[in-house]
Amino acid sequence: MKEFRYERSPDPAAAVALLAREPGGAFLGGGTNLVDLMKLGVATPDVLVDVRELTSAEVSDLPDGGLRIGAGVPNADLAADRRVRERYPVLAQALLAGASGQLRNRATTGGNLLQRTRCGYFTDVTRPCNKRSPGSGCGALHGVHRNHAILGQTFEGPGACVATHPSDMAVALVALDAVVRVLGPDGERSLPIGELHRLPGNDPSRDTTLRHGELITAVDLPPLDLPSRYRKVRERASYAFALVSVAAALRVEDGVVADVRLALGGVAHTPWRARAAEETLLGRPATEEAFAAAAGAELAAATPLRDNGFKVPLARNVVVRTLLDLSGGTR
Amino acid sequence: MTTIDRVLGAGIERIDGPAKVRGSAPYAFEQDPGEPITHLALVQSTINRGRITRLDPSAAEATPGVLAVLTPANAPRLSGELTADLPVLQSLDVHYQGQVVAAVVAETSEIARAAVGGVRVEYAAEEPDVTLRADRPDLYAPAQVMAGFATDSVIGDVDGALSTAAVTVDATYETPAQHNNPIEMHTSMARWDGDSLTLWDANQGPHTIQRDLMTAFGLTAGQVRVISPYVGGGFGSKAFAHPHQILAAMAARVVGRTVVLELTRQQMFSLVGHRTPTIQRVRLGADSEGRLTAISHEVVEHTARIAEFAEQTATATRVMYAAPHRRTTHRLARLDVPPPTIMRAPGETPGMFALESAMDELAHTLGIDPVELRIRNEPPRDPERDVPWSSRSLVECLRTGAERFGWAGRDLRPGVRTDGRWLVGTGVAAATYPSRRRKADCRISVDGRGRYLVEIDGSDIGTGTWTALTQIAADALHVGLGEVELRIGDSRLPFAGGAGGSTGLASWGSAVVLTARQLRARLESLGGQPPPDGLTVDGGVPGPSPHAEQYSMHSFGAHFVEVRVDADTGEVRVPRATSVYAAGTIANATTARSQFLGGFCMGLSMALHEESLQDEHFGHFVNHDLAGYHIATNADVGEIDISWLDEEDPWVNELGLKGIGEIGIVGAAAAVANGYWHATGRRIRDLPLTPDKFFR
Repeated sequence: MKEFRYERSPDPAAAVALLAREPGGAFLGGGTNLVDLMKLGVATPDVLVDVRELTSAEVSDLPDGGLRIGAGVPNADLAADRRVRERYPVLAQALLAGASGQLRNRATTGGNLLQRTRCGYFTDVTRPCNKRSPGSGCGALHGVHRNHAILGQTFEGPGACVATHPSDMAVALVALDAVVRVLGPDGERSLPIGELHRLPGNDPSRDTTLRHGELITAVDLPPLDLPSRYRKVRERASYAFALVSVAAALRVEDGVVADVRLALGGVAHTPWRARAAEETLLGRPATEEAFAAAAGAELAAATPLRDNGFKVPLARNVVVRTLLDLSGGTR
Repeated sequence: MTTIDRVLGAGIERIDGPAKVRGSAPYAFEQDPGEPITHLALVQSTINRGRITRLDPSAAEATPGVLAVLTPANAPRLSGELTADLPVLQSLDVHYQGQVVAAVVAETSEIARAAVGGVRVEYAAEEPDVTLRADRPDLYAPAQVMAGFATDSVIGDVDGALSTAAVTVDATYETPAQHNNPIEMHTSMARWDGDSLTLWDANQGPHTIQRDLMTAFGLTAGQVRVISPYVGGGFGSKAFAHPHQILAAMAARVVGRTVVLELTRQQMFSLVGHRTPTIQRVRLGADSEGRLTAISHEVVEHTARIAEFAEQTATATRVMYAAPHRRTTHRLARLDVPPPTIMRAPGETPGMFALESAMDELAHTLGIDPVELRIRNEPPRDPERDVPWSSRSLVECLRTGAERFGWAGRDLRPGVRTDGRWLVGTGVAAATYPSRRRKADCRISVDGRGRYLVEIDGSDIGTGTWTALTQIAADALHVGLGEVELRIGDSRLPFAGGAGGSTGLASWGSAVVLTARQLRARLESLGGQPPPDGLTVDGGVPGPSPHAEQYSMHSFGAHFVEVRVDADTGEVRVPRATSVYAAGTIANATTARSQFLGGFCMGLSMALHEESLQDEHFGHFVNHDLAGYHIATNADVGEIDISWLDEEDPWVNELGLKGIGEIGIVGAAAAVANGYWHATGRRIRDLPLTPDKFFR
């Protein structure tokens, strides 16, 4: 671990101003991922600016019926919030499917969105990884990659990267069309969560579109008036990252899909909003065949690697099952 | 002296439990050497094979707080008698990924670890050869396999019997490399006083570690003391010395201060051994009634280029079932991998996955209940040694387990039961493990007030030795538990072998019983009262049971599991299991249950999760931490019904105690894989049963 300075600021603006002056610095939230990466030498910040208690730890009602989640809200508190459990079950379920009780107590909403891939080549400084060390190559591409991406990877050049985004919570937030509120050196801005994470493109070192010094202060949830749920598949019953996960919301009227949201986890460098599947479904009969066709439409773009082709039928099955469960159908 | 009720067998709570729960039981890292401690951090090779061409420690040496950087150029010379991975920093050759190529000693662990990055190392690397295949032309037969077993065994005409058998099974099973992963990382704290070395160390037997340190540094037994009262698990990875003990001692000698080295979890994937992957072809021939006519079990596994470790994978097959024609073989590939080592029931664990899976396949081919098939092939005598059993209760374990589990009336057909989206099945497999006794010395003293001190270099690696051995001593001395103080885990104590091979309590307990008898005889000759200044007796057991040649000595068991597989995802859950064991005398009902339960859970974990994934290009274990190397969590462990039979065995040792540290894991993975097949109709022959295999 490299030596670093630890700083606290009186308010978010001061923290942003401080980090803006420190090109090698980083914000510290719960530290459940960053500190691990520092111990491994993967992250080498020279300054940590602790924002865990600077951003709000409150979940508050918005006038439109939505919720505002302070970036400092611990994952455990968010999962336990009555409004979240009743109105956004997909989010509560996603949170509880992640990590462990101890980690959820510590991890923050903002930090959860910014956690980094657990790819074994990224977390090992002795291996090539374009995300950690741009230009060094992608060790996973022809290496151990059973739990890597099947969509949106970059296969060649300095951008080669087949890593997945690890967050469960983010998958639910993407399905919910959440809005991320950011404070930066130039002031406040908001962006749809779908624009927060980015595919590797030609620069996998950047997980998100945030600029240095920008701080997530809150996440806004628009009102949701349809049933939702989260399904996470993993070989171990607890404390494992998703092989594939599905965040879904569905309203069926007169046997026809009136509204649907679908996002996949464990399949790409970002939480993956399944727009193609949604478009296929809207206005169609809510049948198993239609759900399978929708999943197929989304997964037609899949480009699995040597050892992770199973994720394609797995994702299809989980999409179909989750939508069937939401539509009340059995088979 | 008064006669009291026996405490042997009682579920006495752990004597060391309160101290461990309070955090006051000092593990190796927490020992107080009596002076400020310096810290050691390791530079490890990033190649599997080749030679160091340049090693520049100057940046690390210049770091404030760094006391020394040990390299092959300046490290003290060790004895040439050291083998395998123990001659640390003695040459520029690299034999495996993660080999220690330099080590930094500093005032704090933070400084030491940071300075590791300041050691520049360049290599001339050769292409690593790390992939095990059954068709490798360089497979060879070792002179013998682990624990002194013959490499091959051949009786009768196996191929002829297979060719004429009414029914045959011919299947190949694979198990991956696995890592032991005890909760306590391997830790050594070394202090020199002149030419005498004290090592506080996490191990499974201080005398074993002491022996290698004596060799390494040319010291006498009186010059090396290894102290290990509390150890947080080992599963075999702490049985033998590994590079870290040598390094800690070497560094302490160089800097003239106490040095501590606690391996990181990642380092445990290269420096303390692993279980070899195996490829096992099993062929069974049987008549139409299911009576075996031929058993063939051919094993291919790996070892390191610098050390031969030949896992005894097919040896359980030599004792399990009757058949006139039989063959077992072991072949090894020498690969550019770290030296493998023992991991809970080495041999039996992977081997019984294969044999007990094949028995399940044979039962299905014949349309016979798999419990009944095993009972039909019960051998009246050891089928290869042709000697009687000292005791064998496999049939009773199978029948009792079937009863407790509710096996009767089981539908033999696979893939026909569902509960919602779950495919539901049940599986059975048998377990066995050899019972052995090893040499152990013991000293028992009584003071003038009738307080007893029992001294023996046994080990408690979480097994319950502190408690069970105290119970054995109390009974043997005819006194209450509170009148006995036990001292273990120190090479200054009378010699004993380590905790391994399920021999601990069988050996140490026998030594305690025999020594206690001597002491009681002495006391009786003195009129039953200890002399005012006390009395000390030295005793022990010389080695194996004198009946070991006349009898075949093994514990047995049977596992029954319910397996559920999600029809959409291939996720596997095991909501309930029943295991029944027959392992002779059970010394402590509480700690024994934990041993059986822990063994079964480790087998469950092997079935569902555990797999060390090696990169064939870079040659390293990629998932080298507990985020990547999955072990069963509490959520994976359902209701497990553990029980054992009353079994008396007058031949194994003084206590009739067969040892229980390992049998719990043996066969457990086969039971789960058999249940998986029964649930899904899919036979997965390569562990673990991960969801990707459901989609093949």
